[in-house]
Amino acid sequence: MEYFIQQLLNGLTLGSIYGLIAIGYTMVYGIVGMINFAHGDVFMLGGFAALIVYLVLTSIFIGLPVAVILLIMMVVAMLVVSLWNWVIERVAYRPLRGSFRLAPLITAIGMSIVLSNFIQVAQGPRNKPIPALVRDVYTVAGISVSLKQILILVITAVLLAVFWYIVKFTALGRAQRATEQDRKMAALLGINVDRTISITFIMGAALAAVAGTMYLMYYGVASFTDGFTPGVKAFTAAVLGGIGSLPGAVLGGVMIGLIESLWSAYFTIAYKDVATFAILAFVLIFKPTGILGRPEVEKV
Amino acid sequence: MSNATIVTGKTSSGLVRRGLIEAFFAALISFGMFVLYIGLKTDQNIHNELIIVQRWGLLAIFVAIAAIGRFAVIVFLRPHLDERKLSKARSGELEISTDKTFLQKHFLKFALILMILYPMIVVGIVGAQGSLLYVDNFGIQILIYVMLAWGLNIVVGLAGLLDLGYVAFYAVGAYSYALLSTHFGLSFWLLLPLSGIFAALWGVILGFPVLRLRGDYLAIVTLAFGEIIRLVLINWTDVTQGTFGISGVPKATLFGIKFDASADGFAKIFHLPMSSAYYKIFLFYLILALCMLTAYVTIRLRRMPIGRAWEALREDEIACRSLGINTVTTKLTAFATGAMFGGFAGSFFAARQGFVSPESFVFLESAVILAIVVLGGMGSLTGIAIAAVVMVGGTEILRELDFLKAVFGPDFTPELYRMLLFGLAMVIVMLFKPRGFVGSRSPTAFLKESKSVSGSFTKEGHG
Repeated sequence: MEYFIQQLLNGLTLGSIYGLIAIGYTMVYGIVGMINFAHGDVFMLGGFAALIVYLVLTSIFIGLPVAVILLIMMVVAMLVVSLWNWVIERVAYRPLRGSFRLAPLITAIGMSIVLSNFIQVAQGPRNKPIPALVRDVYTVAGISVSLKQILILVITAVLLAVFWYIVKFTALGRAQRATEQDRKMAALLGINVDRTISITFIMGAALAAVAGTMYLMYYGVASFTDGFTPGVKAFTAAVLGGIGSLPGAVLGGVMIGLIESLWSAYFTIAYKDVATFAILAFVLIFKPTGILGRPEVEKV
Repeated sequence: MSNATIVTGKTSSGLVRRGLIEAFFAALISFGMFVLYIGLKTDQNIHNELIIVQRWGLLAIFVAIAAIGRFAVIVFLRPHLDERKLSKARSGELEISTDKTFLQKHFLKFALILMILYPMIVVGIVGAQGSLLYVDNFGIQILIYVMLAWGLNIVVGLAGLLDLGYVAFYAVGAYSYALLSTHFGLSFWLLLPLSGIFAALWGVILGFPVLRLRGDYLAIVTLAFGEIIRLVLINWTDVTQGTFGISGVPKATLFGIKFDASADGFAKIFHLPMSSAYYKIFLFYLILALCMLTAYVTIRLRRMPIGRAWEALREDEIACRSLGINTVTTKLTAFATGAMFGGFAGSFFAARQGFVSPESFVFLESAVILAIVVLGGMGSLTGIAIAAVVMVGGTEILRELDFLKAVFGPDFTPELYRMLLFGLAMVIVMLFKPRGFVGSRSPTAFLKESKSVSGSFTKEGHG
């Protein structure tokens, strides 16, 4: 039982990270209807930004408290990565918005290749390990809970609440939902559609940067190939939860994280990704709109 | 729409001022983007700790390029483009070509003759040993991608089903050949069709449950299946030997004649000096023949009811269903046919390399093949072939650019920039030609004469 709860906790932590990335996918897919393939690599950029900020801080200001370091890492990563995603949207996606369906998908795949190879060229192909930032581990009733797990869970919960509030109750959120439903009508009613879409990309990137920072903190290593697998899994999470739905993305992420950790705990670790993808296929075949998704209305 | 910008930019001093402002912002943005990634580099010191290396000069170059580039676009490029667009609109010229020059009419014949003569020309110029590079790295490599892209074109270009896991069928073909030939000693010519059949079978098995899905959901499930097959290949070590791969895969033979130094080898029989170039040239013609087969089948199928059903499905699935076309079987045949050609290409790949490992079948390969299909112009065989030559050939050239080392110093490795440039090329081509190199649609059924229409006039439904 303790082992089970321990695995549950690990899965929940991993799932929170996937969930944060998945929000970016789901928001972008909801508003412009494209799979933003570069989002996984945007997450990877976030991890690298955090890594570099960490190294700069620890080499210049020695003895800075860890909480401050983490906060600065996160904020700088959010800013830099948001800027990147804003530029990517402007350059690679916006000119193709009226074009046919596959065009932005191809530029997104191209951007994904560009980003990972850019980091490979600019920062070197080797894995970048850093010493553990947060070491505290508490033991409660035989279950060990590390402080970094608590941090990840709390940050995810807070960010989800904030973003859910923004989308649900602010003018910006209304503009986003209106643009999602009918872009032309939203524009006619005075919503700046371009700006709304840009802000959506920025929000997605900011969350991906937080996820990247936490991934770095959790695993203590960054690599230019980090974008692909978490990216695909996060997209899987977004689809699983029902694309376009914010709580769905986090729910999907948590489910993927749980499947992964429980599968590796009780079956073979080798096939954990196979299990994830197989479950995705099953869910889509039997419930194509995901768990919390709205049914797709077919118009003629 | 462009009127307003032209009026404001009429005075050249105003234009320059705007250019300067935009250049300043571009510099600011690029500084923000690159300050961490270019300005600072993480490196390992001798204690294996990460340290920061500062590269402010490089960062300054990046920022300067961004600013100057932006300035040039605002001041020179954009007014020029606007003017051209305006004059085109005034003259009422439409982008539909009606008259064709002699070269355009017979382009395909010339291209085919050139392809058949290509190895001979290369051998004639650089000799048998020197031809290895051109025949193998350029010829065969490009033709494999042409074949894969033409195979995927049936699924994506004709039937309009977005398949992101095409490389799985390539892998099935390659592993079918590698396993059956190493374990049972079956010959290439028997296994070539067999690999195709296996791949088609997998196409049906994977396709059957997922083809009820539409559009992007189909894309993500095919991606998942592609990953599952790769992960199984990695982890099922008893059969596939995991990441080590299967080595010593037998080579293909020419009607039983082997390409080796033995007494009944190709070189001895024809009294030629021993060279590995013959095998490569043989492989070149083999893949060329396979490509031609793919093209022939595609062209013939397009004229058959099933091909027309595919294209109808691509344009409008709902209309298709209401006209009584069985969409499930139509999609399945497209999936299976595409998979079959992937399987052929896979078994050829295994015979050529003599080695297969899961490394060759990553998602990136699927993405590259799909990119070639879309960049070429979906459905257009010529366009796809051109895209394969440009994209694959272009990146292969980067492997050979050793003279750049003289310019940028000995540490410069052009191979590193191969995929970076490939990705950039994907983005740039899409931005300027969203419909691909050959963005026209030629109808299969017509009243008097076939007229190509620009792809922009067609509207695709959800596939």
